[in-house]
Amino acid sequence: MNFNASRSASGPSCLFDKLWNSHVITEREDGASLVWVDRHYLQEGSFHAFNKMRNRGEKVARPDLTVAIADHYVPTRGRGSPGIPVVLDDEISRMLNQLSTNTREFGVRLFDMDHPWQGICHVVGPELGMTLPGTLVVEGDSHTSSHGALGAWAFGVGASEVAHVLMTQTLWQKRPKRLRITVDGRLSQGVTAKDMALTIVSLVGADGAVGYAIEFAGSAVRALSIEGRLTLCNMSIECGARSGMVAPDATTLDYVRGRPFAPVGADFDRAAEQWLALASDRDATFDREIGLDAGDIVPTVTWGTTPEDALPVTATVPDPGRLHNPSKAEHVRDAIDYMGLRPGMHITDIAIDRVFIGSCTNARIEDLRSAAKVLCGRTSKVPGLVSPGSMLVKRQAEQEGLDRIFKDAGLEWGGSGCSMCVAMNGDVLEAGQRCASTTNRNFKGRQGQGSRTHLMSPAMVAAAAVAGHLVDVRQLKAGSM
Amino acid sequence: MEPLVRLKSVACALPQINIDTDQVFPARFMKEPRTPPAGYSPYLFHDVRRDAAGRHDPAFALNQPENASAKIIVARRNFGSGSSREAAVYALVDAGIRCVIAPSHGDIFAANAVNNGLLPACIDEGDAEQLLTLLAPGGIDAEVDLEAQKIRLAEREFAFRIDPVWRVRLINGWDDIDMTRRFSQHIDDWSARDAKLRPWARLHGTLLATKPVERSEPV
Repeated sequence: MNFNASRSASGPSCLFDKLWNSHVITEREDGASLVWVDRHYLQEGSFHAFNKMRNRGEKVARPDLTVAIADHYVPTRGRGSPGIPVVLDDEISRMLNQLSTNTREFGVRLFDMDHPWQGICHVVGPELGMTLPGTLVVEGDSHTSSHGALGAWAFGVGASEVAHVLMTQTLWQKRPKRLRITVDGRLSQGVTAKDMALTIVSLVGADGAVGYAIEFAGSAVRALSIEGRLTLCNMSIECGARSGMVAPDATTLDYVRGRPFAPVGADFDRAAEQWLALASDRDATFDREIGLDAGDIVPTVTWGTTPEDALPVTATVPDPGRLHNPSKAEHVRDAIDYMGLRPGMHITDIAIDRVFIGSCTNARIEDLRSAAKVLCGRTSKVPGLVSPGSMLVKRQAEQEGLDRIFKDAGLEWGGSGCSMCVAMNGDVLEAGQRCASTTNRNFKGRQGQGSRTHLMSPAMVAAAAVAGHLVDVRQLKAGSM
Repeated sequence: MEPLVRLKSVACALPQINIDTDQVFPARFMKEPRTPPAGYSPYLFHDVRRDAAGRHDPAFALNQPENASAKIIVARRNFGSGSSREAAVYALVDAGIRCVIAPSHGDIFAANAVNNGLLPACIDEGDAEQLLTLLAPGGIDAEVDLEAQKIRLAEREFAFRIDPVWRVRLINGWDDIDMTRRFSQHIDDWSARDAKLRPWARLHGTLLATKPVERSEPV
């Protein structure tokens, strides 16, 4: 087999082309490219990869570019809340200890449950300035696509790939195709990045972007804060794309500047120049383009069992009898049955049992502020949990008094972790329970065996809490802060 | 990794779209060690193959005795979407499955599959529907020929797609790490050059774990 040296593209290139070219070490004749990984995050699920390393007698190639954060199994109750005990069952203790043993043995830095910087990897990485524009970021978690918000090439990998990165700091990749999704115009009042993400997923389909790297562009995307861009890029994987990204701009630089692990002074300025140059050239071409008008996006919720089952909150549940595609009709019938709904019913007639505000999709400070704004001076008709995206977000929210608003509304204020998004830490719904949730997946059993999940924005979850059923947040008059 | 060139086995029809990895392998079992010989096979489709009382639902095709020996699964679009958990692939492989035929697969699932010698074979939606119909009675044999990229069933033949890089890896049973080791010098040289081109990407001296991280006070 012959191997070619790495090639650089000529002519106009897009953000992804530039990220690709700056990370390819070598290209094989068969088309696979070896790429360099700048940041590798690990979580508790990394034990398969560590076992593989141990079996082969390998060591971590670049511990200085590797950081472990406990997030999937950490309990949320009592953490950072004086007087409430943290309950750790044996299984969860074992998972947390395993990560701590593995990272100690292999010399990898760990932010464990008690660390003040602990939180969900996809919140913590950007927040601490570990994820930087222009970096290649991987983690054994599909929502690693989030980090693309900073202009990074970020994607989730499986355990074998985690082991490969640990051993070599590289990965073999096929070059994905390029899809640009341009959202121009202005989002209306009460419409957020989450609504934009759900609308895009329903439009593209759950597998519509398989094999693509998405660049989100357009005036409505540029107008989003980094928090909003993180939400948008987070859900790229829900339409099948391993990575989604937004070109670095002034908003990005303002966000990164001053973060604990970001470059400082002249180093920052030199880096910033390179980061801004990553933006797609004016005449760059894409393999596929999709355009949306931000003004057409309304508060959006999911009714079914895949994120593509998303509709405006003002719509009705689909009727499988009216669908021509038999496999789609079968899915709709099955989803309606699992979700306990009726064809044609108004989405706003769906009563809920629980609310959850949290996850790597929507648990940053801006998300908590937006939910608190709706809940201020009101009470929730159903029980629920608020789990901030990181312990730093938790502290900031407490300084702003948001915790009081949630507690006064009757919701539980917990510590940070993946919590009820993936229901591995003990925060679970009971079978049949229906939850309005700020998370990213409404799969069968995702929030606990038999659980029913409706995805929506933090403001929409807060509105559903107040109403006791799904409701258009624009119909609730905003409370005063 | 065991090479895969030709596979003859019962093929089992799972006529659903969006069979996500949470359905293939529920998250709550991810704590479990993958202990031979059963490995993760007891958790494969754990919740979706059971009825409300927790018994194997005979309506779920993989529960039917005539499909018990299946090494091939045929499903509708977007098989293995969602979570990157490789446990979903481990469970399939541990249960003897070596090929999942569908109009599309989750990207990360497909990469994980190839890393474990499981073939994600991509076929046209119309062909998938025909295959599902042909397989509906259960216990039907099929042949997957990776060299010819063909699926043969009774008198019929269907073409499938697979990334050429993955095809070569599966046929040879190659392990990525062994391949990468041949590039060690190349990686070191590239990294040294890159450190000058993108110094900021390596400014993280403070992230160096020079000593074990101390746990703070137990709560």
